[in-house]
Amino acid sequence: MRIAVDRRRVDPLRPSRVPAGAASDARPADPAAARPAGLLRRALPAVLRLAALALLLAFLFMPERFAPLFAPLTQNGAPAIYARTSLVDLTLGHLGLVFGATLAGGLVALALGILVTRPRGAAFLPLSRTLVQIGQTFPPVAVLALAVPAVGFGAEPTLIALFLYGLLPIFENTLAGLRDVPAAAIEAARGMGMTPRQRLLRVELPLALPVILAGLRLSVTINMGTATIGSTVAATSLGEVILAGLQSGNTAFILEGALVVATIAVLVHDALLILERRVGRRAAGAAA
Amino acid sequence: MSSATVEPAARGGRLDPLGVVLAVTGLAGLLLPFALARANRLVAGTAESLVAALPPGAAAATLAVLAAALGLALPRTGPWLRLAAGVAGLAALALAIGLVPQHLVAEGDRLARVGPGAGFWLLVLVFAMLLADATARLSLSPAARLGLLAAAILAVAGLFASGHFDGLSILREYANRAPAFWREGAQHIRLAVGSLAAAAIVGLPLGIACARRPGLRAAVLPVLNIVQTVPSMAMYGLMMVPLALLAAHVPLAAALGIRGIGAAPALIALFLYSLLPIAANTAIGIAGVPTSVLEAADGMGMTPRQRLFRVELPLALPVILAGIRIVLVQNIGLVTIAALIGGGGFGTFVFQGIGQAATDLVLLGALPTIALAFVGAVLLDALIDALERTPPP
Repeated sequence: MRIAVDRRRVDPLRPSRVPAGAASDARPADPAAARPAGLLRRALPAVLRLAALALLLAFLFMPERFAPLFAPLTQNGAPAIYARTSLVDLTLGHLGLVFGATLAGGLVALALGILVTRPRGAAFLPLSRTLVQIGQTFPPVAVLALAVPAVGFGAEPTLIALFLYGLLPIFENTLAGLRDVPAAAIEAARGMGMTPRQRLLRVELPLALPVILAGLRLSVTINMGTATIGSTVAATSLGEVILAGLQSGNTAFILEGALVVATIAVLVHDALLILERRVGRRAAGAAA
Repeated sequence: MSSATVEPAARGGRLDPLGVVLAVTGLAGLLLPFALARANRLVAGTAESLVAALPPGAAAATLAVLAAALGLALPRTGPWLRLAAGVAGLAALALAIGLVPQHLVAEGDRLARVGPGAGFWLLVLVFAMLLADATARLSLSPAARLGLLAAAILAVAGLFASGHFDGLSILREYANRAPAFWREGAQHIRLAVGSLAAAAIVGLPLGIACARRPGLRAAVLPVLNIVQTVPSMAMYGLMMVPLALLAAHVPLAAALGIRGIGAAPALIALFLYSLLPIAANTAIGIAGVPTSVLEAADGMGMTPRQRLFRVELPLALPVILAGIRIVLVQNIGLVTIAALIGGGGFGTFVFQGIGQAATDLVLLGALPTIALAFVGAVLLDALIDALERTPPP
């Protein structure tokens, strides 16, 4: 089976559909990487990632060792290192919130996306497209704030906002990915005698997977930020450190919290991007 | 909202599946509490059904309109009829909720608060979805969409100006801080649009340069991409620290009003977030101009400068505007969080409300933010659509 996949469709030529964060994925392959002299340049990102991860883990498990670095930022003998809650617990709580809610939202989004692209769900397609577009104009922090009156303080309002932003980008990209499966691929699958179910599982979903994963990456990126803000409504997340710094005027706490959150967000985003590229390469290889 | 026509499924009966879902949800909305009455702004309230919350005549009329509008959604009908049903439902809800305070609150009781309940919000959602479905199926022209938006804004503004909603708790909260509301609103727009403008001034040339030099593009865009992944609260924090040190150690900086808290760190953070969508989309848009068009421009004897301004930028404009749309909507949301570092904006009310556990104050900040983002998105979507429908000569 030989099917030409237009790779550009996965890329941000239609930026209103594809997340802003995906914009740099379109960059051409680095010509230097092919030469031996490019080896160092190619290894550099991996070295940087590992170094950042090592530094992050060292800080999370032994924050007091870093106290001299942050001490100049404090005044009147205020503590340089946030110690009210263990940073490891906060990190685990943060990641648990983000991945739990994004996974739940993503699974619902995947099911809905498959449903409305089947003939039986066609009546819901125009509305669902409009809804994801409108839904994504709602600022996550506004959704978080609106959830507080409905369910009270704590993890619940944060989970609602995280679930919603796990759902919307993944749903939108599931629709886009399934819609852009080449008609020739579906025809060929039908010609081979596949049932609709086999077509979905063996042809449509594998070809749409890179786009769906791009949606997952956007969801996780947004949710890392929203979970941070969740600490203002008493969810257990790394935002607590920044918030404590803001409330007590302790610049050291602000910097610590911000650095930890930013490093984790960048590393997670990076890991998802690598996964996405690997899957994309495999999907393109399978289709060719 | 493109290519939204759906041919009736061959096996389908006379009922519209979406209409059935909406009607059932709407019925649930009618059973849930329509309004909440509270003795003051902080205590828990008592839930009132639609029938109990309104005078008998108004309750009957509202129920009749809502039931008729939900009924209209059930059969397979044309989109215009569904549009009318959505508008009628929303209008009935708006008129009804404004009547609740007079009915529930005793004359002269200044502490009592009446606000919409879960049933009201669910019904608003149902009719808004009906309206959204109808407009999606109509695939309206950009001008028609803008007309619809303008009509909606005028209708809502008219209702607010008439004082119809004045008894509601959110408006009571507003009445206590009207000058602050408009001041923070202006600050919200200033921060969102100001950082967008600054990012456009830097991002457009940067994007053009990236389109010309793949090496620069490979160096710049990944860095901007990393910037985008940093959570906003962390970004604001990271901007505060150097500015606070600058203000503490450089008297001139402090004299210029640069401080660790306030609008300056917020503006810088928003500017950094805005760069990627603008620069990347400019680069993509310009790189996407067909070679044949460029050759034709060269053949006509255009200088590189003329080619850029008369050919490349006009052709790339829809893609660039799509980037600006992303930035505008994103910034309107992110400004809310700037309130945490004293940047102002509607977030001030959101976080004050969260701190005081005052629901209405949260709504006073969150609802205008959502409205701003929605209006910004519709405006730019219509603009992009109009440009794509009329290709430049």
